[in-house]
Formats: sequence, structure tokens, C-alpha cells
Amino acid sequence: MSHHVLSLLVEDRPGLLTRVAGLFARRGFNIESLAVGASEIAGLSRITVVVDVEELPLEQVTKQLNKLINVIKIVELDPAQTVQREHMLIKVRVDHGTRSQILEAAPLFRARIVDVATDALVIEVTGDTAKVEALLRVLEPYGIKEIAQSGLLAIGRGGKSITERVFKN
Amino acid sequence: MSTDTPVPTAGKTKAPEILTGSGAILKSLEMLGVKDVFGLPGGAIIPFYDELMSSTAIRHILVRHEQGAGHAAEGYAAASGGVGVAIATSGPGATNLVTAIADAYMDSVPLLAITGPEFSPLMGTEAFQEVDIVGITMPITKHSFLVTRAEDVPATLAAAYHIASTGRPGPVLVDITKDAQQNTAAFVWPPKVDLPGYRPVTKAHGKQIQAAAQLLAEAKRPVFYVGGGVGRAKASAEMLELAEKVGAPVVTTLMARGVFPDSNPLNLGMPGMHGTVPAVLSIQESDLLIAIGARFDDRVTGKPSEFAPNAKVVHVDIDPAEISKIRVADVPIVGDAKDVIADLSLAFTEATKGKEHDLSEWWVRLDQLKERFPLGYDEPDDGLLSPQYVIQRIGEITGPEAVYAAGVGQHQMWAAQFIKYERPNSWLNSGGAGTMGYGVPAAMGAKVAEPDRTVWAIDGDGCFQMTNQELATCTINNIPIKVAIINNSSLGMVRQWQSLFYDGRHSFTDLNTGHGTAMVPDFVKMADAYGALGIRVTTKEEVDAAIKLANETNDRPVVIDFIVSRDSLVWPMVPQGVGNSNVQYAKDHAPEWEEE
Repeated sequence: MSHHVLSLLVEDRPGLLTRVAGLFARRGFNIESLAVGASEIAGLSRITVVVDVEELPLEQVTKQLNKLINVIKIVELDPAQTVQREHMLIKVRVDHGTRSQILEAAPLFRARIVDVATDALVIEVTGDTAKVEALLRVLEPYGIKEIAQSGLLAIGRGGKSITERVFKN
Repeated sequence: MSTDTPVPTAGKTKAPEILTGSGAILKSLEMLGVKDVFGLPGGAIIPFYDELMSSTAIRHILVRHEQGAGHAAEGYAAASGGVGVAIATSGPGATNLVTAIADAYMDSVPLLAITGPEFSPLMGTEAFQEVDIVGITMPITKHSFLVTRAEDVPATLAAAYHIASTGRPGPVLVDITKDAQQNTAAFVWPPKVDLPGYRPVTKAHGKQIQAAAQLLAEAKRPVFYVGGGVGRAKASAEMLELAEKVGAPVVTTLMARGVFPDSNPLNLGMPGMHGTVPAVLSIQESDLLIAIGARFDDRVTGKPSEFAPNAKVVHVDIDPAEISKIRVADVPIVGDAKDVIADLSLAFTEATKGKEHDLSEWWVRLDQLKERFPLGYDEPDDGLLSPQYVIQRIGEITGPEAVYAAGVGQHQMWAAQFIKYERPNSWLNSGGAGTMGYGVPAAMGAKVAEPDRTVWAIDGDGCFQMTNQELATCTINNIPIKVAIINNSSLGMVRQWQSLFYDGRHSFTDLNTGHGTAMVPDFVKMADAYGALGIRVTTKEEVDAAIKLANETNDRPVVIDFIVSRDSLVWPMVPQGVGNSNVQYAKDHAPEWEEE
């Protein structure tokens, strides 16, 4: 198995996500992470999908995705040529003894405290998967009460854009 | 309305007509050139039916079950090369179309399915007869649309029709809510169809064509593996020209029977599980396989790793997702078969200019296979009629101008083997989905599309019992199809597998319709009850007369109950899951082939 990040430019239509997800589901592929949001073009959304599959079946899925009428474009992003970020909110248990330790640790990960209560802190962190996982390892001994995580976001490095040439012809 | 023509009239600048959504559905269908539709109304689609009633341009055929509408539309499309239209109401009406939609998806049939869900505010509330048909059909349609506003009707139907009939054809569902049918909007035609994500590639890359032509010029043992896509692309003439120019053998898949004439000596017949020995072994021994509009289906390839083990593969398909899906192509060509074959033909001429191109050694081997392993069958031991004989006689007496629609199972394979097809669109069947019950309604649809042709449904006793209610539709609407029930009193293909692979334990495959049983139902009485001519045939002597009587009877449908032996098996056969070189010509009789 290998890790793949796909970026899809799609028309913003009801049911689109079902169509995309269905193509993975019918082949028994688990979607590891999913992020959907607007693109810079009105009416088009961008979906970032992370899947763990072999090269050949993935090629079949991307070809099938391309056949969806509402999918405009699909590219696989090479990690070396891409900026990848995850966004996570972590609620961690604190008491008088541990609060200061956590407040010290968070800035090392460029994480921010966004909510403070007597028995808990909410920490916001943004970064690649490795960084987010490292922070979680540090926080784990204190007791993680809750996590909310975005799907992976990815964008190519340099001046090129995947939406270029979309509406030519 | 009488002054309307089904040709889009662009450029006129008069105030657009205000129509209800229902009126717009009707007008759009008329503008798209739709002549016949199959359907059955229900509460949610009454507004459209109310409009349809007054149409003089479109004939609506009221079916007895929506599955019949779906298969009839498929048969209509497959026989005519056009688009078939099926209409159903919400809920169970729509779900009854699902089997036919899935069938059309598997066999790339251009099908437009129109359904009417409830009022849009009721969507998602489990309203009466509500199902999410757009959701249900997502994995089995090329695309599906939900329309909730009257003003969106024309553009959506135009887009649906375009998607269904272009690129790789397929089913498209348009679900139009009752309020969208009832509200009014300006009718603008032609509408603006905006499909930025839909651009089928039709013209292939020149470099790839050259590469394919080069391989073809060099190959010593080439085989054209012709699939249903060549028929859908209306490329039979181009295929004939190319094959004759190259002088290479052609195999025609189940979906491509008739796409290349059976009478042409280049045609080795059908490949695959029940293919001819020459077709199966020619592929196994080939050094170049040119697959055109074919998808390396498991029923063709057997064990894929042992399929055509020494062949390079040129794969031509309009659907990029088919290429290298099962077998990696050495030369992938995405494009429309009609264009690609013509281009390849020219490129082959260039590639062989001034060079010797001789396949005579290959033909020595192929002719030897053809001579030693012709299609044939043994007369059954029980003295009953042989099903192959019956089917062969239907083809011989009726001829290649007729249309033959089969159900699914043994009779389907025999009809693919023993009827000789000479023209595309003359053989209709459910190849991918294997839908029992396809035969009768598909024949009905074909007869509506091609009223001057004789149309036979070659059906089984099991299949016939799934959709025979459409005989009522045929009788009432004067659609005189002929139905041959190959009555072996059982679910014959399942029984065959049980005989061969389950120690003859025939679990739940007896239908008690045939010889020596209670014969329930009595198909002749049933035909009679439906207003059709019912004939029972039990002996060889009666066969020809019954077929001739059926062909001469055109004032009502005909049903012939051919009581045949249940012990006849479909041969040749490659057992599931093994390589095609293990093809058995008959029981325990495997042909020798050249091990490389």
C-alpha cells in the first residue's frame, strides 16, 4: 500500500461528494482524509483526498473519477512538490500542575491555546502530518479529551495552478 | 403543435413560449427527435403524462411493469442505434427501472430514464412513494440529474440526451419533481448546455495510431478482438475494410455478434467462456491482439494472467478507464472506434508499403482449428428436441435481416452461437449484467424501433416468466413480436454448472414447465390469454412449420413453446477461473494447442 494525495476540481453540485466517495467505496478503498472547500473559481470546489492504495488500482479510480460529469480535473500531488497541511483542535486535560508544562510545550509546535478552562485547554495546531502527530505524542500523557481534525490540504509549490487551462477550448 | 419540427430552430428572436415544466419536458423530447417512449404513469408524474396525452409527435407505449419500459427502451436503442426513453413515477416505479438502468450501464446502451419524484419540499421526508432514485442510480448511470425548477427542464434534458448518446453511451436519469413539472417558465431552445467536465476524446493521437500500425505490419499472428463498442460506434463498415486489408482473423464478442459478418471467412466467431475453439485458441496463440471497443471482460479472458500470454496488446476504446484496466496495453488508443479504425487502416497501408505482409502460415493453423473444431452439438439422449437445432432453424428460416433478442442463460449462448449474424444491431442481449427477463421487452422495443423487421425473442422458460407481462403491451399496441421459449423446464445455465461443478446436485433449478412435469404455467394457454398465438412444438418435424407460421403471423404476437431436452449443455466451455487454453470442446474433450 502507498499513500496518495489527490486534488480534484469539481463543479459544486448536490450529490457530488457521494459520487466521488462512491467510486472509492465500491472498490473497498478507505478514504483516509477528505477536505472540501471553495476554489478560486466561482462554482467550482476543490476536494483533497488522501488514500492508501496500490498504484494500479488508484489509476483505475482516478480514471473513473475523471468520468464523473461534474469532475473537471484531477491530479495526484507529489509530496516533494507540494505544501501539505492538516489543521487540528485538541482538547487536553489540565490541572494546576500540568497547565504550565503544556503552555510551554505548545509554542514549540507553533500551536496556539484558543480556549482555557480550569480543567482543560483547547490547542490549535497546523502543520504536516508528522508535526501534528508529534504534538499529539507530547500531549498524550496529560490526557487528550477530544480531537477535531480537518482533512489534509495540499497545494503545489511554485507558480503553476491546477485550475490553469481548465476553461480553455 | 403540428407545425413543430423535431429540429432545433435557433436564431429566431421572438418572445419565448411560456410552458409548464411538463410542457417543457414534452417539447424538449420532441426537439431532441424522440419518437417513441415506454413508460407507466403514477401520482408524481401525472402532470407530464397529461401533456404527453396530447402529443402527436411522440408515441407513448404503456408497459405493464417499469422494468419492461427500461428493457424496451434498451432494445429500441440497440436495434436502431438511437436513444431509448423510459418513463416512470416516483418510488417503486423508479426502482423498477433500476435493473434496466444497470443493464444499460453494463452494456453501454444510450438510455434516457425520466422519473418524477414528489414535490420538492417533501424530498427527504419519507413522503408517499418517495425514494432517492438519484442516489440509488448514481453507481449505475453515466450521470443523473435532479430537477426542481421548471426553467431547468430544457437544458437538463438536452444535457442528459447528449451525455447518454455521445462518448461511451450509457444511461442517464433525470428526476423531475412534481412542482417543477407544474410550475411555468419560458421555454428556450436550443438551451445552453454547460458541461465543462464532459469532453469525450474521439480523435486519437496520431503517434499511437502509427505505433499500432507498425505492430500490425510486423505481427505474424494478429487477431482483431472486436467488442460491442464497434457496434455502438457504427463502425462495422470500417472494421470490415480494415480486417480485409490486413487479412487477419476477427473474433466477435457476445456484444459484438453481427458487428462483423459471420459469413466472412475472417470471422472465427465468439471468444470466451462459451466461444468457439478457433476464436479462443487464436487469441491464446496470437502475437498481437487488437482490441477495439472491447473491455477484457472476465467471461472473455478467463484467468487474465493466462489470457493471450504471448500477445502484445493494442487497446482502442473511447473510455480511457477501460484501457489497461484488466490487461496492460502496449499501445493504448483513446478514441472513437469509427475514426480510429479508419486512421489505423490508412496507417497500415503506409506501414506495409513496399513490404511483404503474409499471414498464410497463421491461417494454416487457424484453418486447421476451424476444420477440427467447428461449432456443433450432440442430439440429446432422451429423445427430446435439441435446443440448438431449434435456435439454428429460427435463424436459418428467418434470416439475417431480422432482429434477435435473447434472455440470459443457455439459450442466450446458443442463440449467440447458432444464429448467423450478418449486420450490426441484429443481435440484442444482456451481456454485462446478465439480466434474465431482458428478452421479451427488448424485442418489443426493437419491434417499435424497426417495425418492418421480423423480431424474435429467443427466451428461456425461466427468463420468460420474469417479464412476459409485456405480451399484453405487445398485443394491445400491435407490436407483433415472436417469442421462442426454449423450454428445458429449468434454470438451464445454473443447472449446467450444477451438473458440471456440483456433482449433479440440481439445487432449486427445476421450474416444472417442461417435459414430464406439471407444466405450470402452460405457456400456450398463457399466450392465448394474452391474445397471442400460442404454439407448442415437441418434435423435430414440427419445428420448421411452427417457425414459418410465426413469421407469417403479424396481426398479433406469437409464442412458441419449444419443449426441449434439459440435458443439453453449452459447449465449448472454459470453466470459470482457469486459463482459456483449458477450453473444452465438449465434455472431457480438450483440444490440443501449441504450447510455447
